[in-house]
Amino acid sequence: MFRFLFERDTWQEVLDSLKKNKLRSVLTMVGVWWGILLLIGLLGSARGLENSFNRLFGDFATNSVFIWGQRTSKPFQGFQEGRGVQLSLTDAKKIEENVEGIEFVLPRNQRQVSATRNFQTGSFQMVGDYPLLDKLQKKNLLNGRFLNENDIKDNKKVVAISEDVYKQLFEKDENAIGQYIEINDINFKVIGVFEISNVRMGPSQDMHIPFTTYQQIYNQGDRIGWLMITGKPGFDIKQIEVDSKLLLKNLNTIHPDDNRAFGSFNLGKEFAKLTGFLIGMQFLTWFVGVATLIAGVFAIGNILLIAVRERTKEIGVRRALGATPFEIKRQIVVEAVFITLVAGILGIISGGWILIALDHFFGQGDDAALVNASVSIAVVFIALVILVILGTLIGLIPAFKATSVKPIEALREE
Amino acid sequence: MLQIHQLHKSYPIGDSSLHVLKGIDLSVEEGEMVAIMGSSGSGKSTLLNIIGMLDEADSGEYILDGLTIKDLTEKKAAVYRNKFLGFIFQSFNLINYKTALENVALPLYYQGMKRKERLELAMFHLEKVGLAEWSHHLPKELSGGQKQRVAIARALAANPKLLLADEPTGALDTKTSHEIMAFIQHLNDEGKTILMVTHEEDIANMCKRIIRLRDGVIMEDTKVNQVRAEQYV
Ligand SMILES: Nc1ncnc2c1ncn2[C@@H]1O[C@H](COP(=O)(O)OP(=O)(O)OP(=O)(O)O)[C@@H](O)[C@H]1O
Ligand SMILES: [Mg+2]
Repeated sequence: MFRFLFERDTWQEVLDSLKKNKLRSVLTMVGVWWGILLLIGLLGSARGLENSFNRLFGDFATNSVFIWGQRTSKPFQGFQEGRGVQLSLTDAKKIEENVEGIEFVLPRNQRQVSATRNFQTGSFQMVGDYPLLDKLQKKNLLNGRFLNENDIKDNKKVVAISEDVYKQLFEKDENAIGQYIEINDINFKVIGVFEISNVRMGPSQDMHIPFTTYQQIYNQGDRIGWLMITGKPGFDIKQIEVDSKLLLKNLNTIHPDDNRAFGSFNLGKEFAKLTGFLIGMQFLTWFVGVATLIAGVFAIGNILLIAVRERTKEIGVRRALGATPFEIKRQIVVEAVFITLVAGILGIISGGWILIALDHFFGQGDDAALVNASVSIAVVFIALVILVILGTLIGLIPAFKATSVKPIEALREE
Repeated sequence: MLQIHQLHKSYPIGDSSLHVLKGIDLSVEEGEMVAIMGSSGSGKSTLLNIIGMLDEADSGEYILDGLTIKDLTEKKAAVYRNKFLGFIFQSFNLINYKTALENVALPLYYQGMKRKERLELAMFHLEKVGLAEWSHHLPKELSGGQKQRVAIARALAANPKLLLADEPTGALDTKTSHEIMAFIQHLNDEGKTILMVTHEEDIANMCKRIIRLRDGVIMEDTKVNQVRAEQYV
């Protein structure tokens, strides 16, 4: 059945006919080649962009919301409006216990401090934190470690500092771990230096000390600055935000409709917007690529169809000499498949080069716009298969046309 | 060789139809050389094409070499054309991007012959028409007479029983026409049955039998004394 594919004559015929119609062959191949190239280039770029977003947000628990207290805007149960709202550890605990879909609730305190070491002074944002923070906003440590449970338990005076703080307070190449810095006149031991994240959420956070130490030093008691809440996978973070706020209003005797009592920043929502954008872009990419491909294949079909009209007389002659319709169709289909396959493979190869070039120009360094711009082999393979199938089907249209008439009618064609 | 009985053919033209062949009765024996004559539009080509299975009759009987030709699938027709029939056209109908040799070898390709064998056999036939040294030339590099000789070699390549020629000399000058006729007479001498359509009396007289068509029927069918073409060459 497929022996003809291994016969020199078949290919001789294909090459002869492609050579004879150079312009048509070239145009056809350019069409398919361009389609594949575009598909790979676009898909690769979209993937690269997605990877770069993922790298930016990879260190963040993206399914999270920050909530802090503001001032009430409605009088409620004898309270005047304009009352300051203060979150407490109890609030945190209640949320963790009562709101559905909660994974973690992290209470945090933050303030502006001045830090000094050897006459070097700077003003920084310092946060009182639990070790859990490292899980929700991964700290990339350059040296040392982040806070641990012992630091919390013993109210240790230890601090993890950002590389910014390190640069301001320490000499170049100096080892900071184990050294002391003075924060608002209290000595803290440096336990770690962390990298500054590419993505900034709110004001910078330059130093982290144990939550309990913070409580003790600043007489915080139960009071906390704000809450960071993360949802379990599969739970809608927007719903969690609504539920948590309602609970907080209840706990703090605030009017349920008071929308200004609590401020919040929903990272999940913002992230979803970005993800939506990415998905949209991928969809667009597929659409453009596939449309181009289809257009290319149709161009081939059209060109083959013209070719068949041109070649009708030739086909008439061949039939007079004893060619069966099947042999003629087969020949034209082999021609169509061959031309799409070759153009497709060339498209894949040059698409690969495009990706290499993209990676070279936009994919280098930590803040690269495209990270690992690539296309999966499966996608490429499927695109190729679809291309060849379409090429075959479209090749068949003119083939049927050429063999459906009586040989004499084909011969009479001028 | 072939028997035809009450053959009819009409072409639809708009709402009406043009009755071209109105009951042809014809019988040709093996080894005959028949000229079909008649005024333009009398249906000569139509008859020849039906005999060549390039076209189909509306009604009537056609038996070729003992086989009734009726309602053939295109595949079967292709096989018969390949095995029984050789065609020579007025306008040569060579494939313009193939060399003389490849053109001659084409019917053998469709017979499924191996490439090497095929090209050898094609070369043999090209030699017979005296074009061995032109074997690797494209049709556009050949003269009209040479093209027709390539076409004859191609028609002969598959060793058909019946050779059909529609005005084979129609596009050639007198001298070249006579050369071509000399070839065709030679083939007939060797036993090939030949049917040709022609307008020219002198060419018709180089055949052994002349059939004249008029108004869709055969109005005259005569044996003639063959004039040999060599004497003019
Ligand atoms: N496909 C067709 N459709 C309609 N009419 C046709 C068709 N083929 C031939 N005819 C008509 O049939 C008639 C016979 O045509 P045919 O070609 O057999 O004539 P001919 O004897 O070969 O003429 P000539 O000497 O000019 O070649 C002509 O009137 C022609 O116009
Ligand atoms: Mg005619």
